Amino acid sequence: MTFAVELAYWQTTTIKVLVVLGVIPVAAIVLGYVFLLKMMSHMQSRLGPMEAGPHGTLQLVADGLKFIQKEDIFPDRSDRFVFGLAPVVVLMSTFLLYIVIPAGPRLVVEDLDTGVFFALAVSSLSVLGVLMAGWSSANKYSLIGALRAAGQLIAYELPLVLAVVGVVMQAGTMSLQGIVRAQSEGEIFGIGFLGNPFIFTQFVGFAVFLLAAQAELSQTPFDMPVAESELVAGFMTEYTGFRFLFFFMSEFGSAFALSAIGATLFLGGWHFPGIGGSLADVTGPLVLGAKVMLVAFFIFWFRFTFPRLREDQLQAVAWKYLIPISLANILVTGVLKVLF
Amino acid sequence: MTLTTERQQSAYVSSQAADARVNIELETEGMTLNIGPQHPATHGTLRIVVRLDGEQVLWAEPVCGYMHRGYEKLCEVRTYPQVTTLVNRIDWLGHFANEVPFILAAEKLMEIEAPERAQWLRTVFFEMARIANVSLFLGDMGVQLGALTPVFYAFRDREYVLNLMEAVTGGRFHPNFDRIGGLKEDLPKGWVAEAKRVMTRVQSFCDQMEDLLMGNEIFDRRCRGIGVIPASVGLEYGMSGANIRASGVDWDLRRDEDSPLAWKHCDWKVWTHADGDAFARYWVRLQETREAAKIVVQLLDGLPSGPIQAKVPRIIKVPAGEAWAHTENPLGEMGYYVVSKGGLGPFRVKIRSASFNNISVIPWVLRGVFVPDVITILASLYFILGDIDR
Repeated sequence: MTFAVELAYWQTTTIKVLVVLGVIPVAAIVLGYVFLLKMMSHMQSRLGPMEAGPHGTLQLVADGLKFIQKEDIFPDRSDRFVFGLAPVVVLMSTFLLYIVIPAGPRLVVEDLDTGVFFALAVSSLSVLGVLMAGWSSANKYSLIGALRAAGQLIAYELPLVLAVVGVVMQAGTMSLQGIVRAQSEGEIFGIGFLGNPFIFTQFVGFAVFLLAAQAELSQTPFDMPVAESELVAGFMTEYTGFRFLFFFMSEFGSAFALSAIGATLFLGGWHFPGIGGSLADVTGPLVLGAKVMLVAFFIFWFRFTFPRLREDQLQAVAWKYLIPISLANILVTGVLKVLF
Repeated sequence: MTLTTERQQSAYVSSQAADARVNIELETEGMTLNIGPQHPATHGTLRIVVRLDGEQVLWAEPVCGYMHRGYEKLCEVRTYPQVTTLVNRIDWLGHFANEVPFILAAEKLMEIEAPERAQWLRTVFFEMARIANVSLFLGDMGVQLGALTPVFYAFRDREYVLNLMEAVTGGRFHPNFDRIGGLKEDLPKGWVAEAKRVMTRVQSFCDQMEDLLMGNEIFDRRCRGIGVIPASVGLEYGMSGANIRASGVDWDLRRDEDSPLAWKHCDWKVWTHADGDAFARYWVRLQETREAAKIVVQLLDGLPSGPIQAKVPRIIKVPAGEAWAHTENPLGEMGYYVVSKGGLGPFRVKIRSASFNNISVIPWVLRGVFVPDVITILASLYFILGDIDR
């Protein structure tokens, strides 16, 4: 069964861009509603929003509409150009993340040979926007928040990359499609019906990846850049209206994207045991979505449970624990790979 | 003054260096940060000016007075029964406890003794005010450290205590229930059994907080050894309440002062902690909440019968004289010095509220800590803005 439609390059590109542009707000709304509004409320023995739509499902849509109507305020002494550009830069990095995430055998914007590398590289672009926002706001809280974000990114980018290296070694490729294929075709001790999700062999890597992703996304134990009890809202303090909405969308959009990368690397991505071929193109997005929700559940669960680390403690966790652990993981993976 | 931790020492050195290098152009100057008066962590309008070197505090200065409402002066133009309405709002979370010392002072002047049952019930409400007040702190500390969830549990379980207060007094936050010579009314039917059930709930809430926060590794690391106040320094600054008990000073007015209230009839314990850090302050308050729940249950078990109001004249005139009465309020020692010239209202009232003295230690204790620890320390000192500014 093949689709005989031939599209020009510009047509496919336009379709892909539009799909990604549509996916980001949808992902932000789904994650924001399911976890931030509902799961957090239930964990805190309250109901959360109940009025807008059934069970408050449309709350974030309403919030988004509200943000768009708000006045777009520039602080008096801000650097207007940079201040206006910063949220766009942050959202751009989120946008770029989606390019390499495969949702099916053919459902991928661009299957780069260095997909993982690309994803991790562009995910760190957002810090540029954060620094721009912090610097141009002419606000001390923003500045402290932005510098914290930069320090945090440098510390946690490393364990994130190192955690992925184990997977890359095992799969033998950096392409995310290749990694999914390696998991679907692999077998565990000769039992092949499950495939070989790398979480079984790379569980240390998965744990490190989750923690580092948590820090990368500035979620609570590592939310120093936006620590609301200290820095009001960190680098976002001066933002209003749709520019704030950009930051919000980017936060949840990135959470979705990093969860998707985690699901792809460790849980088999779009692959579901027993489904292959063109059918996987249909089930792929659903399977991936379910796995993403699972990973995101862990990320948000941490967020609602733990207090915040102090900046120096946060650095200590990265440099003293996560990096050595992931280095050891790489070493063990390498040895086992050569042996078997 | 003794410098306690290494960080405080190093900050002292760096602040000296900062002073010395004003004219050297290559050095960074540091940054003056204004925390408050509008800031999420001050829960009210306290302003703290901190001088930062990076994220380290060189010096800090609290600026209060943004919420000054002039209660001492207002008391002078109120009659004695009217004053309780005002003083309810000093420490707005420990509502009833604010009224008691003032009424005690007035009773001293009038030489009236409230009947036994009224004294016991006063103590019950006093301790319930303590639970309502401190339980919120137990959750709020988590919020200040970034853990959002505990505060919702605190609000949820505090609500039961407030419902009890409302059932008796009609007011959740501002009961205005204490009268010279007794209480306004007796308990409604079925209240005692309900109150005992709620106290069991309070106990389990304390267990929950102990599990959720104190058992948490990050909470431990954020609080232990942070904001150490030695007993001598605390005493010099006139700190009181759980803050000074957490520094190892075994001093509680409920036990140490001969009060007409009923604490002497109960079996309870004054908890102290040797460390004097943020963790110790949290720990002591947690134990105090448990003790308060125990006291309430014991008092309700042995509640004497009888009238709740002594014979007082219709129009209350307090004879000329001066009286001082103080109690161990949720936030610390609270006292009223009442001067009467024989009129319908007090001639002069001086209110000694705990938070004002408790935060005066801020310049000392914040020197040398990091910005996140500023919030930890402020939260652990637990002040109420109304109690600072009156």
